[in-house]
Amino acid sequence: MKHLLSIDDLSKSEAIQILDTAHELARISDAPVKKLPTLRGRTIVNLFYEDSTRTRISFEAAAKRLSADVINFTAKGSSVSKGESLKDTAQTLQAMGADAVIIRHSASGAAKRLADSEWTNGSVINAGDGTHEHPSQALLDAFTIRKHLSLSSSDLSGLNIAIVGDVLHSRVARSNVLLLEKLGAKVFIVAPPTLLPVGVENWPISLSYNLDEVLPHVDAVMMLRIQLERMNDSFFPSAREYSRYYGLNSDRMAKLKPNAIVMHPGPMNRGLEITAESADSARSVIVEQVSNGISVRMAILYLLLAGEQ
Amino acid sequence: MKYLIKNTQIKDTKVDIAIEGRTIIEIAPGIQGGDFEIVDGSGTQALQGLVDLHTHLREPGKEDAETVASGSLAAAKGGFTALSAMANTSPVADTAGVVEQVFRLGQECGLAAVYPIGAVTKDLAGKELAEIGAMADSIAGVRIFSDDGNCVSNSLVMRRALEYVKRFDGVVAQHAQDPSLTTDSQMNEGLISSKLGLKGWPAVAEEAIIARDVLIADHVKSRLHICHLTTAGGVEIVRWAKARGIDVTAEVTPHHLLLTDELAESYDPIFKVNPPLRTQADVMALREGLADGTIDIVATDHAPHPAESKECEWQYAAFGMLGLETALSVVWQTMIESKLMTVEALQERMSTKPAEIGRYHNQGKALTVGATANLTLFAPQRSWKVDRDLVASKSRNTPFHGMEFSGSVIATFFEGKLSWRA
Repeated sequence: MKHLLSIDDLSKSEAIQILDTAHELARISDAPVKKLPTLRGRTIVNLFYEDSTRTRISFEAAAKRLSADVINFTAKGSSVSKGESLKDTAQTLQAMGADAVIIRHSASGAAKRLADSEWTNGSVINAGDGTHEHPSQALLDAFTIRKHLSLSSSDLSGLNIAIVGDVLHSRVARSNVLLLEKLGAKVFIVAPPTLLPVGVENWPISLSYNLDEVLPHVDAVMMLRIQLERMNDSFFPSAREYSRYYGLNSDRMAKLKPNAIVMHPGPMNRGLEITAESADSARSVIVEQVSNGISVRMAILYLLLAGEQ
Repeated sequence: MKYLIKNTQIKDTKVDIAIEGRTIIEIAPGIQGGDFEIVDGSGTQALQGLVDLHTHLREPGKEDAETVASGSLAAAKGGFTALSAMANTSPVADTAGVVEQVFRLGQECGLAAVYPIGAVTKDLAGKELAEIGAMADSIAGVRIFSDDGNCVSNSLVMRRALEYVKRFDGVVAQHAQDPSLTTDSQMNEGLISSKLGLKGWPAVAEEAIIARDVLIADHVKSRLHICHLTTAGGVEIVRWAKARGIDVTAEVTPHHLLLTDELAESYDPIFKVNPPLRTQADVMALREGLADGTIDIVATDHAPHPAESKECEWQYAAFGMLGLETALSVVWQTMIESKLMTVEALQERMSTKPAEIGRYHNQGKALTVGATANLTLFAPQRSWKVDRDLVASKSRNTPFHGMEFSGSVIATFFEGKLSWRA
């Protein structure tokens, strides 16, 4: 495995290997000295065309805990804002000796474009491309679910997971559907019809427009962020109406199974897709998702880069 | 100059063809001649010079992508003797001045007849009619009007345009794309777009405009041409309209006869085109529609772009692909080798009928003694591999790079002159 562009690139055993490795590496995070020498002397570039403090910091922390040198390149205020193309930026980073490029981009397919080109020959890790995929987020979600709920401790068979909200524009949802299905879980997608991609009925999922019907059956419920710019585009009549039908609140929490967990990839719109009580409840693992994110990203970097030396 | 084409074939008859000046002077087996330049036609079919009704020549304004001269050479190489320069240049071809300039550039180049297409609306903005009458009466004699690249989406503007062109037997060529259903759209809307996270371009955005426009054309009794049909549903609507007697014609591009939206999985924008590549079911419906005559013609929608417009993220890349040099090979493979269509039908769809729609009176004529020598020699058994580095066009954005086709163009004659020879 050279790149991580899509969950489709991973076999089931490779996905489990990432989760198992993350499990091992998680212990570093609990140690007083949170560092391994594994990637000493390797250069990792965070190439972020989109603002994303959370994901960038998470990858940066993961790389640093493995002793890699990290260069942060954000489009804003850089040569990119002066009109430099992805090709020229990539060639520049290549000339500077990047061993891996972690790319976040608003255009779907940008990571694959970079990996397939001759512009760079390092590893490419997709940290979110447009409305396509966000594989490291799906892996950290699966890691979190497995930690709390898995019956077999290797895959997620037997579990029911609901993904709720703007699936149409969500790269998190696309990656999660692919990964959860690969790991044997049953996925329920719940959304208003306007926020579903064409052909979703052919995905390996169960589809519902009704959140209340689905909640009693699931072991984890994953709430997706509603982008504020969708408000003015007639996907639903109002934020209030969206909350009423698809928001997670205390009444709905009560319908969940006793040990079910609540997840959100962040950043949350409190009061819109999730209420504060739900987000801060004992069943919420939202903060834990963040710390698991570092372990999973360490595992990804480790498996992509350490093996090739 | 006098040419003698030896051992070619017209339909099923082996013949030689003698050309003197602009004219075919003799068609017979075994012509002997003294001062002819001999062109070996063995293994070839002699076809009427091809006529393209949809070409982007980029001049004026984007001469780094293509010029009238480079586009004419690409046309000659592809077997074309006439092409139709779309109006979306810079400045837009919405005045007599611009269409006359393009027309003159074509004449100076002399490799193919260049017929400018005039804009329907000023600056292709879809609001006020362009100087349609002045363009029609100019030396360019424009008969086809199109805002191609943009749809004439306002129903009233479309009605007025269709009515106005009746004065001089013109035709409005519509780029059928409902803009509100396709804001920022990137590719065909379907399973692939959902998977790739690229914004979808639903078939209905094309079909809704086609349906509306055939009804308007029926109401005002004018002539409508549908550019680059891509969907099975669109074929159905045109079939219905023709059955009803509506004066509508339609075109399909070679790339929509061969390529599908699955190619977008590479995220390589070489496959990004407007209208987008559709599904295999659409491809089959288009082939069937072309075979049965529902779709009247093949047109290339040759759309050159400089390298930087394609060497980037899919979303930021320009729409469009080259088409002139590969058109005949693609159509031969998809329609003739598959036995869907005869060679006569191909000649009809790529020469006779497009000339008729554009009212190009010197083009699309049968190869007979006394006719202007516009013809192409095509060798069905001479295979070739498309190489983007060897194109005649100034741009390299061919989606067929690396593909092999079984037949190729050997030579093209435009008004008696050898405009291209392999």
